[in-house]
Amino acid sequence: MNDSAEQPTYNYLTAGDTVKSWLLTVDHKRIGVLYLIAMTCFFLVGGTAAGLFRLELATHNPDVLSNDTYNKLFTMHGIIMVFFFLIPAVPGVLGNFLVPLMIGAKDVAFPRLNLASWYIYMLGGSFTLLAVLLGGIDTGWTFYTPYSSVYADSNVILAGTGVFITGFSSILTGLNFIVTIHKMRAPGMTWMRLPLFIWAQYATSIINILGTPVIAITLLLVVFERAFGFGIFDPARGGDPVLYQHLFWFYSHPAVYIMILPGFGVVSEVLACCSRKRIYGYEFVAFSSLAIAAIGFFVWGHHMFTSSQSEYAALIFSVLTYLVGIPTAIKIFNWTATLYKGSIELSAPMIYTLGFIGLFLVGGLTGLFLATMAVNVHLHDTYFVVAHFHYVMVGGMMMAWLAGLHFWWPKMFGKMYNEFWARIGAVVIFFGFNFTFFPQFIAGYMGMPRRYHVYAPEYQPFQMLSTTGAFFMGIGLLICMVTLISSLFKKGYCGRNPFKATGLEWNQAASPPNTHNFTAPVVVDVEAYDYTDERIYQDA
Amino acid sequence: MKAVKTSPDVASTYADQVDGLYYYLIGVSVFFTIAICALIIYFSVRYRRQSDADRPAPTKDGKLLEILGSVIPFILVMIMFFWGAKLYFDARMPPKDAIEILVTGKQWMWKLQHPNGKREINDLHVPVGVPIKLTMTSEDVIHSFYLPDFRKKMDVVPGKYTQMWFKPEEEGAYNLFCAEYCGTEHSLMVGKLYVVGQEEYEKWLNTRWVDGAPMANVDTNDPVAAGEEIWDTNCAAACHTGKAGAIAPNIVDKFGTMRDLEGGEQILMDENYVRNSMQNPNEHIAKGYPAAMVSFKGTLNTTQMNQVIAYLKSRSTADSE
Amino acid sequence: MSHASSDTEHKPYQQHHFESMQQQTQATLLGIWLFMAQEILFFGGMFAAYTVYRILYPQAWAMGAASQNVWLGMTNTIVLIGSSVSIVMAVHEARHNQKMKVLKWFAITLLLGSVFFGIKSIEYGGKWDHQMVPGLNWNDHHALETINHHLAEDAQIAELPKGIQLYYSLYFAMTGMHALHMVIGFGLAFWIMGKTAKGCFNEEYYPHIEYFGLYWHFVDVVWIFLFPLLYLI
Repeated sequence: MNDSAEQPTYNYLTAGDTVKSWLLTVDHKRIGVLYLIAMTCFFLVGGTAAGLFRLELATHNPDVLSNDTYNKLFTMHGIIMVFFFLIPAVPGVLGNFLVPLMIGAKDVAFPRLNLASWYIYMLGGSFTLLAVLLGGIDTGWTFYTPYSSVYADSNVILAGTGVFITGFSSILTGLNFIVTIHKMRAPGMTWMRLPLFIWAQYATSIINILGTPVIAITLLLVVFERAFGFGIFDPARGGDPVLYQHLFWFYSHPAVYIMILPGFGVVSEVLACCSRKRIYGYEFVAFSSLAIAAIGFFVWGHHMFTSSQSEYAALIFSVLTYLVGIPTAIKIFNWTATLYKGSIELSAPMIYTLGFIGLFLVGGLTGLFLATMAVNVHLHDTYFVVAHFHYVMVGGMMMAWLAGLHFWWPKMFGKMYNEFWARIGAVVIFFGFNFTFFPQFIAGYMGMPRRYHVYAPEYQPFQMLSTTGAFFMGIGLLICMVTLISSLFKKGYCGRNPFKATGLEWNQAASPPNTHNFTAPVVVDVEAYDYTDERIYQDA
Repeated sequence: MKAVKTSPDVASTYADQVDGLYYYLIGVSVFFTIAICALIIYFSVRYRRQSDADRPAPTKDGKLLEILGSVIPFILVMIMFFWGAKLYFDARMPPKDAIEILVTGKQWMWKLQHPNGKREINDLHVPVGVPIKLTMTSEDVIHSFYLPDFRKKMDVVPGKYTQMWFKPEEEGAYNLFCAEYCGTEHSLMVGKLYVVGQEEYEKWLNTRWVDGAPMANVDTNDPVAAGEEIWDTNCAAACHTGKAGAIAPNIVDKFGTMRDLEGGEQILMDENYVRNSMQNPNEHIAKGYPAAMVSFKGTLNTTQMNQVIAYLKSRSTADSE
Repeated sequence: MSHASSDTEHKPYQQHHFESMQQQTQATLLGIWLFMAQEILFFGGMFAAYTVYRILYPQAWAMGAASQNVWLGMTNTIVLIGSSVSIVMAVHEARHNQKMKVLKWFAITLLLGSVFFGIKSIEYGGKWDHQMVPGLNWNDHHALETINHHLAEDAQIAELPKGIQLYYSLYFAMTGMHALHMVIGFGLAFWIMGKTAKGCFNEEYYPHIEYFGLYWHFVDVVWIFLFPLLYLI
């Protein structure tokens, strides 16, 4: 417990303080910070939109927003949160910062490409924000044709182009990570010694490379259709709007795993550290990520059980969907087993992580409802679906993201946040989240369709609870943000390894790391998560 | 204060069956949620860090958890799969004696037409105890016809016909929603399904007047009669009714049967086929006949094509779906 | 570390974050192949739409292909294969550090690429003149005339098959995306020619040239698929 060591004066943050030194940096850690700043802004925009329409939904009558504004707000919320927060958050910020550090490399394989990815992300974001500023877009984040391509009277072309461009940021980041993980590992860092965070990033990157191009071309075809009147999905010209759905979900279902797999990686790291145990069944947890990524490509049709696709196709998609559930269940069981006879410290990242397991569990189990064909027909496009994917995306991915952000915050900035307030934030977010989204399961089973501006009065109690919960969740997020940001102005130094965790980033790099990551050549001679190794408990 | 409802009405046997499956799913979910959460809480308390010098002994990985953790969930989900698939397929096949109602979705209303031509907008009256089959299409974007109290929903897609059916078993008024986001007034594309007694339905169906006042959206143009007129005046009668020397197959009473095509294939003569043949006659050529039919695209509108289909259905002698 | 000394010797073109030249080469090569993989999926979306609609509207696809000028397409195929050969020659000369010859073969590649664009613009221009661009100037009457013009006397059709506009939409989308890849290729080629002229490469370091060759082959292969799918069958 000796934190008296001085913070190293030369590190990646102090390597240059001009704006140019940040905007033209090829240092993976600085690029991670650039993503962090940009992503937080997008998150706030998307969150504000959610706050506004939650307020509208508190009562069944229209009282705050017009129907057009309401439609535009939920569309904006969806597009921004999915494409500019959920998909790039963990890979863009934590992935960029940690992948080279965790495998003992000086940088990612293609540092300039990495910077280009950030600019592509920003360019796509600018197009999307421009679409919002010029009057918004009201198609829903799914851009279903022929509404998006023919009937909608809003900025589909701009927003579609924005998402198209951003896709290449994911593709190039994925490419960068795969090459980095394959070719840049330090001597001795064998595949089976990789931290599970790396395995998760690897599986995610594969989906990014194989899935994202398909949504890119699909949205481009929609943009063509709208701009030139091509008519590829327009029934008036013989096109099939259901084909659009197939192409869209071919990417957008695996995209769910793009969002959640990196979160699995984060959870494995925090869980091991805060219970001082090796992740139980390391191989199973590692390979289940790959299994999820692989099977995840063949389940997209479960979004279309009522779309008029063939019944037999629906049958196949249904059974494959259950099969994704098996590796997911394996992960949950192994994480729980890791806690057994551990030394558990309920620090803020651990609270987020345990919250993640509980919420993701509910999200996953309700996914089984939706994989069940007859039940899906009833629940499809209702609030049940909304609740389900928020349990996965917010309860799962966002909790994991916050866990990771708290966990590696000292590594990124050299400062420790106020632990008490961080825990309060975590607990408030957890309960606020449940208040917001659990009632929506009931509203959904009662048949309330999603994307409704006004609705039947019998659903009002649930919507009212939801809005109240959202208010608390907002407060929790605010506490969390203030706690993290205020830590940057604190005096003390957190030490090299404040959580006493295993991993090269903690034990062989300073906090914050210097520009080239490691001062001495890295050679790995231990298994991952070896918490019996006394070296990690000695202070730097 | 009125008690808050937490489950939808059960308006058919099918809804009851879906609920049964639903409760099985809830059972499995609640069991695992409570089990995992209880374990997490128990471990967090039981094995909380006592001192920074704690060094827990490593646990050796065993295969038992992985095997049980795969096999038990696998069995549980396969039950869900077969159960769900069985109900889904049951719910797809409409009985032969169903009353057929035409549904047209349009931003932002439901247009409904009864077999005798009576039309309604957003409201749908059906008799209790009789299966109702809906044949649905859209004039613009994708909509979705949703009856939550019957646990049934089907997308309504422009350019094709989709079907769904239900059998109301309780009189009453039920919600009818559009479930697929369709634009600005999506949330106003709602209506009511009125399930009424058999006699009341007959009376309702055959009355133009309600309480001495004209009912706004009643139109008793009989689609079958209208369809017959179109059929007769557009030469279809001369070509397609089996007259001597006709250059086209006799199809007037063949709706619902398999038709032979040039090249040896067969195709079901259903709504999609008839409509497509009127628009693109040369896409499927009947076996043994020349490609001589002209297209009615632009000549007949959707309503008129629906009327022709209604007429052909009324003449059909097919007894198997 | 067990690296041989020749490996750790720091070449001027070795980027600082790589441990060895071999690592850099392998990493770059893997990156290029992953890039190709995503390209395949990118075109894959359109090939999927092509397959679905081809099955739905076989007649439209038959008429669409019949209305194409196979000879122009064939010429373009040969021209592109020729440009693939010339880029192979460029890579070959780069291996022997023949700067001028590399530039020569690059110029020939670009020349052949320009011929391809010339022919493609004749084809696009023809479609535009016959008012066969869906959405922009499509005209049923002219399209029917043009298709009949390509059909034999006894195979004339009285009306357009259903889905014919889809065929043309996909034709423009697919060939347009292919052409866009060639335009990007032109940009890359000029950049690499500049680097070659400045003497950035030598016999053991010429990755840009080699990878440009791979990219160019890929674009070529896409066309090898597009040609029969859109013109022949």
